[in-house]
Amino acid sequence: MFFEGTLAWSDILFLLRGAVVTIAITLAAVGIGTLFGTLFGLIRAGAAWWVSSPIGWVLDIFRSVPLLIQLVIFNSFNSMFRLNWPTYVVACICLGVYAAALCTEIVRSGVAAVPTTTRRAARSLGLNWRQEVVSITLPIATRIVFPSWIGLALGIMKDTSLVLWIGIIELLRSSQIVTTRIQEPLTILAITGVIYFLMSFPIARLGARLEKRWQIQ
Amino acid sequence: MSYTFQWRPVLESLPDMLAGAVVTLEIATLAMAIGTVLAVLLALAKRSGGKTLSGLASVWIETARNTPALFQIYMVYFGLGSIGVGIDSYYALLLGITFNNAGYLAETFRGGFSAVPETQVRAARSLGMGAAQTIWHIVLPQMLRAVFHAMTNQMVWSILMTSLGTIVGLTSDLTGVTQQLNVMTYRTFEFFFVAACLYYLISKIFTICARLFAWRLFRY
Repeated sequence: MFFEGTLAWSDILFLLRGAVVTIAITLAAVGIGTLFGTLFGLIRAGAAWWVSSPIGWVLDIFRSVPLLIQLVIFNSFNSMFRLNWPTYVVACICLGVYAAALCTEIVRSGVAAVPTTTRRAARSLGLNWRQEVVSITLPIATRIVFPSWIGLALGIMKDTSLVLWIGIIELLRSSQIVTTRIQEPLTILAITGVIYFLMSFPIARLGARLEKRWQIQ
Repeated sequence: MSYTFQWRPVLESLPDMLAGAVVTLEIATLAMAIGTVLAVLLALAKRSGGKTLSGLASVWIETARNTPALFQIYMVYFGLGSIGVGIDSYYALLLGITFNNAGYLAETFRGGFSAVPETQVRAARSLGMGAAQTIWHIVLPQMLRAVFHAMTNQMVWSILMTSLGTIVGLTSDLTGVTQQLNVMTYRTFEFFFVAACLYYLISKIFTICARLFAWRLFRY
């Protein structure tokens, strides 16, 4: 029939372009999240309770409210304060804050897993706090929490699918656009699923392997 | 800032939003209950099923864990819809979350199974317990202890995931009701802020209850 389309190579390219957007947002959000997560995690692990627990409480809010609602609220700031930020920026910041909230707890648990005696030994050898954190605590903690950090990054990658709600054309949204042309939702969704799977599964496997290998030593 | 907050329409429709919260809890609980049963079956299939069975379980678990939850819901809503299985958005959401929960919980339970040493099972059997008795009195209590925390987290995820229903057109859960009200009034921030507070309250109340329950259940 005249109106019927078949899956063309350009459709696959369109989907892959969506996947690139998904990856770009993931990288930005995980970058922001890791930076602030490390900062807050170190504070949470080391500071007095009256500094640590308010930070923990505020970050916990981001983990207890659906991401979709956070996105809508962040996006509404745009019109409320007349910021005129592009939706990409809104998505990256919102996902970044969410990632930071998750990453803080990961970093905190990693720092807490470094033996206090090791840290004290470093300090008594004359390292100051910054030196001790950079060259003793963080290297050990990184090894401990790296698998969970991979899990976090993959979780954020999957959560980027929600940004379609505020109008960004990422992988899942582009699959819908292709579907409106070809009218074969199942095929297109299956291809989309395979793309997501290929982006996530190898890294998840790598994380699991590293976890196992680093546990033995 | 030239924006004026208007909270009155939100307060007036608070009963509707609370009714939505009940639907949210209902979907989350159902998805969790069915998901748990399926997860036990998946974990058992992966542990002791034949090649086909454990392969199928692996496909389920890896798909659930390596694709977005929203994709899974789309797959049920649009994917199954296109092959003639028309499912309304409530059941699409329920099925999608159940599929996701089952995949994640199966992995948890696999860890939980190995938390109970095989020797204990053999000891129980040699003391004269039947297979069912062994599972009920020896394996399950210890397993529950090992997986309880992860299950609590999954339930919170389950509650938060129900918000995705609105993307496939569900209007009766908390996010759906909020979105309907938002479309009618354009008070986006106010409505979604209150919805966020409600979600926060729901997940906190659940977490506290679970902690109290665990404290009662697991002390000895």
